[in-house]
Amino acid sequence: MRYLVSVIDDKSNPGSTDRQLAISAFNERLIAEGYWVFAGGLADTDAATVVDNRGEQAVFSDGPFVESKEYLAGVWVWEAPDLDVALRLATEASKVCDRKIEVRPFL
Amino acid sequence: MNGVEEAITRAHHEGWARVVATLTRRFGDLDIAEEAAAEAFAIAVERWRVDGVPPNPGAWLTTTANRKAIDRIRRENKRDGKHKEARLVYDDSVEPPGAIDGAIEDDRLRLIFTCCHPALAMQSRVALTLRMVGGLTVPEIARAFLVQGPTMEQRITRAKAKIKAARIPYRVPTADDLPARVSGVLAVLFVVFNEGYLASGPDTDPVRHDLTAEAIRLTRLTRALMPDDGEVTGLLALMLLTEARRTARVSASGELVALDEQDRGAWDAALIAEGHQLVRQRLAAAAAGAAPGRYQILAAINAVHTCARDIRDTDWSQILALYDQLVQLDPSPIIALNRAIAVAELDGPEVALASVDRLEHRLAGYHAYHATRADLLRRLGRGQESRAAYDRAIDLAGNTAETAYLTRRRDQLR
Repeated sequence: MRYLVSVIDDKSNPGSTDRQLAISAFNERLIAEGYWVFAGGLADTDAATVVDNRGEQAVFSDGPFVESKEYLAGVWVWEAPDLDVALRLATEASKVCDRKIEVRPFL
Repeated sequence: MNGVEEAITRAHHEGWARVVATLTRRFGDLDIAEEAAAEAFAIAVERWRVDGVPPNPGAWLTTTANRKAIDRIRRENKRDGKHKEARLVYDDSVEPPGAIDGAIEDDRLRLIFTCCHPALAMQSRVALTLRMVGGLTVPEIARAFLVQGPTMEQRITRAKAKIKAARIPYRVPTADDLPARVSGVLAVLFVVFNEGYLASGPDTDPVRHDLTAEAIRLTRLTRALMPDDGEVTGLLALMLLTEARRTARVSASGELVALDEQDRGAWDAALIAEGHQLVRQRLAAAAAGAAPGRYQILAAINAVHTCARDIRDTDWSQILALYDQLVQLDPSPIIALNRAIAVAELDGPEVALASVDRLEHRLAGYHAYHATRADLLRRLGRGQESRAAYDRAIDLAGNTAETAYLTRRRDQLR
């Protein structure tokens, strides 16, 4: 079962910025234990562009699709046997990243 | 009720969770398990009327439900149908009865802990446990929570869909999981017990012993799993001490009998003894420094009530002290309301009424608030106000025995 694991940061109350080493070590472990599929941090939402080509002409707009205090700061994709395993890892991940984590299964 | 209907009702009370749990283990899918169980009971209603009740109704239902589940899986011809079908054939062998019993106890615990998974919203956990483990119908659950049937149906469907989509496992949790899960499990079991103790709705018995017994049984199972958890023991004691008074609580004519009018000789002495023993065990732990939680305090309150041979012997100051402790842990208005009842015994109805009136904005829709006010106003000789409060309580009460009791009390007012 694959899970999208989203790292959620908060603009008004951001998590610590010194987490890179801890995250790397955690990633090593995910790889060693066979859970790791993919991971990546995301640039600031200011760097986002939204494209809408449902009408006659494509419209490009600056910024994220939704303006909110909370935003997606990065993602993992994990392969885990069930939600309990994914939640156990996510509990650690939240500590490691110092941010909230959303766990969502792929279809 | 004729013999066949009685047998079906009994099989439903005793067998529903078993059939669902056994099928969930086998097919790994709550929906299939539940629908096949429902189908098997529907077939039993028709078939048993014609052929008579089979010698082992539980086994008959499990076998029938199994067949229905297999039919359904074949019909749906799922992607992994072949694989499942292979398993079905292998699993068809008859297991020795001892092995089945052991597996079933675990199956039910698995079912409880799956339904009470922390990834589900609290309301969904309760609804799902009542449906899957308690076998309540959706309208019954909806009534218990004062919501519309379709709303409850949707809540249960959504919870089952999440279990499936997010792959919440069907397993007995490990020791590490227990502390995080057990408070949710206890909350659910307490709701199941209360719904049994004060069943709602015009068409149900006022007390549903099937539900109280099920809640007690499931709490015992949980305690066997976590013997050192004080709250599990506290909840079990609370349920036993409450259950001990069950038969004295409803009169032959189906009217609720209040605590002060109950025949204390009709209380179940064995349940009281067991409950007291558990409370003593927790008191010893508290003396050794363990902070008691709300179930343990509620159990202690019930231990004080059940110690008294007569309502006049009740140690109300002890009860009030326990409520004061409880208010610190749980500032809910319902606790405050119950505390006021003890205040009335110690400081008189006038003082109690003042503290009850302060709860109005939070409890205006709760029948017990109006019933308590009605009683206090009656004791203060304010008949007209008392009558109005009884009317409001009668409108809001969902339990037939309670409605009968409140109506009599109102009609006795001069």
